[in-house]
Amino acid sequence: MIRYTKTHEWVELEGKVATVGISEHAQDELGDIVYVDLPEVGKEIKAGEVLCSIESVKSASDMYSPVSGKIVEVNEALEDAPETINKAAESDGWIVKIEASDPKEFDVLFDKSSYDKLVEEEK
Amino acid sequence: MGLKRTPLYEEHKILGAKLVEFGGWEMPVQYTSIIEEHKAVRERIGLFDVSHMGEVLVEGSDTLPFVDHLIANSVSNLKNGQICYSPMCYENATIVDDLLAYRFSDVKILLVVNASNSDKDFEWIKKQSKGYRVMVTNMSNQYAQLAFQGPKAEEILKSISGVNLSEIEFYHFTTGRVNGIECVVSRTGYTGEDGFELYFESDAAVAMWRKLLEIGQPYDVKPCGLGARDTLRFESCYMLYGNDIDNTTTPMEAGLKWTIDFDKKDFNGKDVLVSQKENGLERRLKGLEISKGIARHGYKVFSEDGKEIGYVTSGNKSLTVGKSFALAYLSKGHTKRGSEVFVVIHGKRVEAKVIKTPFYRGSVKSGK
Repeated sequence: MIRYTKTHEWVELEGKVATVGISEHAQDELGDIVYVDLPEVGKEIKAGEVLCSIESVKSASDMYSPVSGKIVEVNEALEDAPETINKAAESDGWIVKIEASDPKEFDVLFDKSSYDKLVEEEK
Repeated sequence: MGLKRTPLYEEHKILGAKLVEFGGWEMPVQYTSIIEEHKAVRERIGLFDVSHMGEVLVEGSDTLPFVDHLIANSVSNLKNGQICYSPMCYENATIVDDLLAYRFSDVKILLVVNASNSDKDFEWIKKQSKGYRVMVTNMSNQYAQLAFQGPKAEEILKSISGVNLSEIEFYHFTTGRVNGIECVVSRTGYTGEDGFELYFESDAAVAMWRKLLEIGQPYDVKPCGLGARDTLRFESCYMLYGNDIDNTTTPMEAGLKWTIDFDKKDFNGKDVLVSQKENGLERRLKGLEISKGIARHGYKVFSEDGKEIGYVTSGNKSLTVGKSFALAYLSKGHTKRGSEVFVVIHGKRVEAKVIKTPFYRGSVKSGK
């Protein structure tokens, strides 16, 4: 199941590994993405900390980690094809995988319908 | 205070544009994708609503000496029907704004200025005009302006043009009918591509806009927003006021020496500019190639030994070339082509190299 943050990241938990990206809505707001400053594998991160910055043609924006844990993989395909995030934000455009240290953090995030409501309210 | 809207606001909404605030105006930043719009202009044709630009009309018997005093470039050297690009300086040679001066005759010149500066400019120009026999009028609300830009511009536009476009040279203009609407038609633009800018009465904006999209359709014309306008001008290294030049920088520092007519007896900023020319510059605006990431406005630049040597004024990934570039003011000793410097991007030191500008040269009919 995919969950969302109020800062527009998505996260999908499989076992202890959380796959994280930015939401379809977030990519649409950012516009054409031209660079992702991928973090280093092995880095420890806390929920709510800046995970990396995403550069669109228009601006740079920070992406926050939805969960705490260790970064175990980054989507290296984004180095040559950052536009994948525009094309498939919530699948092929994933950004990092984090080995979550506290799976309970996942439970407080938004499900799809409450996230959609949040996006609607922000408009 | 509410945002100003151009006469094409409703058209932009119909086309699904994303609208943003820019210089007090609510303007389209993109319609579909900045990359697509950028490509359309580089390869074919794009249409921009630039009705937010300001226009100030100068008329009267002292028009030429007055404008020559006001700006760095020379209008007395222009022929009627010719245009020059110029910075307009304060007495200390820092920049009030950059503009285009359209010479209609020796008693009539139209100055086209940046939207965000138009009120400030008008006040400045009025103040400067004391003692000259001229009348200065702010025409900004009466004109709509469209930019039809790309290598196919002439081929497409000629089907509805009552004026002979092939006779209009780069940085020249004429008046006549386009689509039956009385226009000023100039071979100018802010994209690095060949193209035209049309000025006409606001009432005709919707008819002109729709017609240009219609005749451009076989060429897959794209309406283009401020996003693509910025990525295009950036590759061509055209100055953006408020980013690359402002009231803390001079035209000499910005590499705009070619716009300064030092032969003129007197003009605002002349003393400082002459001194900078004779004694050399403490810093210059240069092009950088960035090895990783994107260097944005305001990022600091350091030398190899860690000394702060300047700051980035504009930076982006070049959508045509595919590399990351920036414009930056660099202090003396670091401005030579090939010099290695560092830009701090998100807290990290990133290697950069001074390279020649522009980053890309399009189909524009002149080198400058």
